[in-house]
Amino acid sequence: MKFIYQTWWKVVAVLLVFSTIFTGLLFPVPTLPILHETIRNLYFHVPMWMGMLTVFVVSVYFSIKYLRHGNEEDDLAAVECVNVGLLFFSLGLLTGMLWAKYTWGQFWSGDPKQDSAAIAFLLYCAYLILRNSIDEEQKRAKISAIYNIFAFPIMIVLIFVLPRMTDSLHPGSGGNPAFGKYDLDNGMKIAFYPAMLGWSFIALWIATIRYRIRLIENKKNAIN
Amino acid sequence: MKKLTFLLLLLLSCTAVFAQDASVQMDDALKSNGKIYVVVTVMAIIFTGIAIYLFTIDRRLKKIEKEK
Repeated sequence: MKFIYQTWWKVVAVLLVFSTIFTGLLFPVPTLPILHETIRNLYFHVPMWMGMLTVFVVSVYFSIKYLRHGNEEDDLAAVECVNVGLLFFSLGLLTGMLWAKYTWGQFWSGDPKQDSAAIAFLLYCAYLILRNSIDEEQKRAKISAIYNIFAFPIMIVLIFVLPRMTDSLHPGSGGNPAFGKYDLDNGMKIAFYPAMLGWSFIALWIATIRYRIRLIENKKNAIN
Repeated sequence: MKKLTFLLLLLLSCTAVFAQDASVQMDDALKSNGKIYVVVTVMAIIFTGIAIYLFTIDRRLKKIEKEK
């Protein structure tokens, strides 16, 4: 776990995202109807989901690790990852709503992508409620770890699979090509990939900060 | 460390002032291209601020962890 105390990857993450502010706003983008300049949101809206996905994957990893070894610290890491994941989830939903207002016409049009993302959000809120409703530490850790492992694939199916099988306005759904197919030309990749990588590491960074605070709190509250 | 961050913040505030000052001139880079550069600068300042803030939290945490 030495990795979380090192600085180099945090600097890399900051530099990556910093570069996308310039490349993402200034470099030429494909001119498309309806989207116009909002296509640049791709560099800021989609990386929120990437950041969320990264910390949720890490969270599942620590939940499995907890169930195997029963280390309390792994349980704390899993919770803090979910906390940060929910922050990025909210940011993704809100930016998506704003983008939808000016391309689809409404903040919330009951689109399958939006609806299932909202359900997945509640799924993870339920995780936190479940945790807080159990007083006994080991029981809480075990039950929430199992819930977390099951919640993750359901979230993946809800956000990334089901909307693509029906008609959705969101790119990548129901015969509606994702950006990657026709629109994401090589020029856009210069800003898109650094943004995805950079925001993933920033999400991870915030999670490690929360985890370290949690460790100190945990030590303080422990009965010696 | 605190002094250093303060200095950086002061420097950053200077860039904002410069941006306003420079916009009086007509042939300004910040004014070209539909003033998109102003948005770029604002976003760069915001993100730099958040990044510095995160780094200071990180550093403070390191200090507390060492005390333990």
